[in-house]
Amino acid sequence: MSPRKVAAAAKNRSLDLVGVCDHNSAENVGAVAEAAGRLGIRAFPGLEITSREEVHVLALFDEAEAARSLQEQIYAHLSGENDPDVFGLQVVASAEDEVLGFCPKFLAGAASLSLTEVVEAIHDLGGLAVAAHADREGFGLVGQLGLIPEDLPLDALEVSPRLSFEEGRRVFGRCRSLVASSDAHSLEDIGRASTSFWLEEGTVEEIGLAFKGLRERRILD
Amino acid sequence: MKLKDLAGLLTLNVLQPQGNFDVDVTGGYTSDLLSDVMGNAKERNVWITCQTHENIVAVAKLKNLAAVILVNGRKPDDAALKKAREEKVVIFGTPESEFAISGVLYNHFRK
Repeated sequence: MSPRKVAAAAKNRSLDLVGVCDHNSAENVGAVAEAAGRLGIRAFPGLEITSREEVHVLALFDEAEAARSLQEQIYAHLSGENDPDVFGLQVVASAEDEVLGFCPKFLAGAASLSLTEVVEAIHDLGGLAVAAHADREGFGLVGQLGLIPEDLPLDALEVSPRLSFEEGRRVFGRCRSLVASSDAHSLEDIGRASTSFWLEEGTVEEIGLAFKGLRERRILD
Repeated sequence: MKLKDLAGLLTLNVLQPQGNFDVDVTGGYTSDLLSDVMGNAKERNVWITCQTHENIVAVAKLKNLAAVILVNGRKPDDAALKKAREEKVVIFGTPESEFAISGVLYNHFRK
């Protein structure tokens, strides 16, 4: 995975919008957005945060500045250093696929922030908070907690490619906004699931409206 | 107590046999939060958990744990099994609960 390869894979799969959500980090969002932009694809800056409960939450923003600001908050609540032999190298890349450096933080770890605090931090910065791979046992909302907390103001639940969108609807019910995406950890996984939206333009703000079904923005079946 | 003697104490199936069964077990640690295990488990502990994804192998490796025991009849994910084989992290399975396994181990190791 490198910015140019991610962008090419997204182009190859005919995606218009992609979310760039490294675990607990936004170091590469700018590079991917730049590489994707050259191919006419919008890459939203984001993070996949591991909460104290070890639930993965996706944060999506329109502005890279907001993603970086959230990253600083997460880093402040993330302890330990990465062991590359066990968890792999954490490369910081440029839009030209050059290696700029390595992130020393233990990004595979959990932030010492509760699920509620994570969702609040995302909303404070104007982003969308989506429960990642909510159907998955490991690090998924239901797998970790055994339920979906009713008072947790999530904007949507992500259905991983393990389930079809229809199966997701059956599992989670129609009252929740669902989004299907790839949870891609390798190039070949990019685009193996996707969601079609009816939007005025390709922004996170518009996707937020679609999650709520407001002003005719919506998720297309 | 060596790892190979653990089966005499508990109802265990060996789900992933690649690894060192002659290691001296120092005790046990029971938790389903990986970050908690990383912070608190001791070297050569056996780890009792219901988590089955591949990161359990990374944590066991990082903390130099003696083995992982999956409770309630759970099986490791395919990716976890593959990684455990490569990294030589022994995985046991048991039909028992975390409570039951922890209780037996606690009684043994407090002596």
